[in-house]
Amino acid sequence: MEWYHRRMAVLTVADVERIAALALLELTDDEKQLFTRQLADILDYAQQVQAIDTSGVPATAHVHAGQRTERDDEPRASLPVEEAVANAPDANADAGLFRVPRVIGG
Amino acid sequence: MIFEPVIGLEIHAQLRTRTKIFCGCSTAFGAPPNSQVCPVCLGMPGALPVLNRQAVDYAIKAALALGCDIQAGSIFARKNYFYPDLPKGYQISQYERPLALRGGLEITVEGRTTLVGLTRIHMEEDAGKSLHEGFHDSDRRTYVDYNRSGVPLIEIVSEPDMRSAAEGAEFFSRLRDILVWLGVNDGNMEEGSLRCDANVSVRPVGQEAFGTKAEVKNVNSFRYLQKALEYEIERQIAVIEGGGRVLQETRLWDSATDRTHSMRSKEEAHDYRYFPEPDLPPLVVDAARIEAVRASMPMLPAERKQRFVAAYGLSEYDAGVLTQSVELADYFEAVAAESKRAKLAANTISGVVMFMLKDRNMTIDEFPVRPPDLSTLLVLLDTNVISNTVAKDVLGKMVESGRDPREIVQTEGLAQNSDEESLLSIIRRVIAGNGDAVAQYRAGKAQTFGFLVGQVMKGSGGTANPRLATELLKRELSNT
Repeated sequence: MEWYHRRMAVLTVADVERIAALALLELTDDEKQLFTRQLADILDYAQQVQAIDTSGVPATAHVHAGQRTERDDEPRASLPVEEAVANAPDANADAGLFRVPRVIGG
Repeated sequence: MIFEPVIGLEIHAQLRTRTKIFCGCSTAFGAPPNSQVCPVCLGMPGALPVLNRQAVDYAIKAALALGCDIQAGSIFARKNYFYPDLPKGYQISQYERPLALRGGLEITVEGRTTLVGLTRIHMEEDAGKSLHEGFHDSDRRTYVDYNRSGVPLIEIVSEPDMRSAAEGAEFFSRLRDILVWLGVNDGNMEEGSLRCDANVSVRPVGQEAFGTKAEVKNVNSFRYLQKALEYEIERQIAVIEGGGRVLQETRLWDSATDRTHSMRSKEEAHDYRYFPEPDLPPLVVDAARIEAVRASMPMLPAERKQRFVAAYGLSEYDAGVLTQSVELADYFEAVAAESKRAKLAANTISGVVMFMLKDRNMTIDEFPVRPPDLSTLLVLLDTNVISNTVAKDVLGKMVESGRDPREIVQTEGLAQNSDEESLLSIIRRVIAGNGDAVAQYRAGKAQTFGFLVGQVMKGSGGTANPRLATELLKRELSNT
């Protein structure tokens, strides 16, 4: 199911709960009501745009479309390990590793 | 009820670039953790991806070799999911408009040839590596190394065209051969350069509709793939025959127990909320670029094999062995051209040279005997300057010392002895010293002759011209 492709600007609280779960967000009941209304407004607006007849107009996938924007396969300096992990909420600086709560098993 | 399996594969192949797909960090394997990372591949706010031209060319090359239609415009998309190995919270991939569509690869299993169709090939970035074990707090913590994050991949998706575990393993194997042959992938499954997921379902023979499929992940060798497919096919048949239903789910292959086990519910995991990547323009590939890549492609293995059969009169088997890699095929052709003895070159390379390579764990590029020296050796052999046995010894010495074969033959007196006088003196010594055998031969025991020939060869230090020695020995035995 591709929710962003839906043409109907009808959004339910259940949809918001599902999106929140996918984004790992905890929402209060008030927030769910608020976001249901706000997201529905956004979809409504998108639908107004969709209503415009664009047949014969080439799709604008990107404002820079048509430019060749590729780089050569030349290595550039990476960050020093200390800098790489400097902003991490948690890291084992000696091992040069980021550290997060265990994500599998017990 | 008789069931048949339906198998489709998704193969992730790392492209052999020096740098990552969207930044200039090195892709070298085995570097210290997080020593090949930068703001782009760490997903720092404001960092912008810039596509690696070489990665695109490699992807086009693979797609052309597999007969795909390269799309004039393809679009990168964000695949959103949350896992610590994905620092941006999304993977840049291609979704609705991939780089290449269709194509196919022919496989032959047990004499049956099948064209396995391809659905698509798209480009994407790899994720980082999670380390779940080995630290004092591993019971509570996961460690993450982002050196792999942003390494360029192609994902090759097949149609569900395979009907046995053996066909699945063969497809993966053929695909690896082609990618390595093209030089776009190093084929190294231990280092994760090539990985395979399998979609497996079963259905009663004769039924058109597919059964419910399970996706088996984590199968990273041909042998494991075959075993994992066999296990999963049996499991699904047992579920259905037991009155149950196969669930649509992701299952993980465990090579320690030779089983697959359920990983997560597919429905939950698959809402990736793809949308076009706003930081990257569409990838436009024009005809000129496709032709430039096509012009840089080596002749494909199947084609080169047939050319070896047609041009040099090689057997299908020898031609197959010699087209295992571009380097080996080039080596053979260089020796064939220089020695002007293609069949001898083919036999020698597919036989003793391949044996030596395997024995020394070398590739043909590392083999110390280069084509000109091997050619010289083959000419010495074919013009009867040296015997077969001596040729093998000389080759061994060439490998060890890098010496010239003519020089070895000369300084060590290995040239074949075709001098009648000196051969006769050896033969007379052998007859005099082996009275019993001579008597037996003369009494009609023909097998003894072989023993006497052996003694003559030994007496000459292996240099006696075998045909001449045989002839002279026969004459001497009947004379006296």
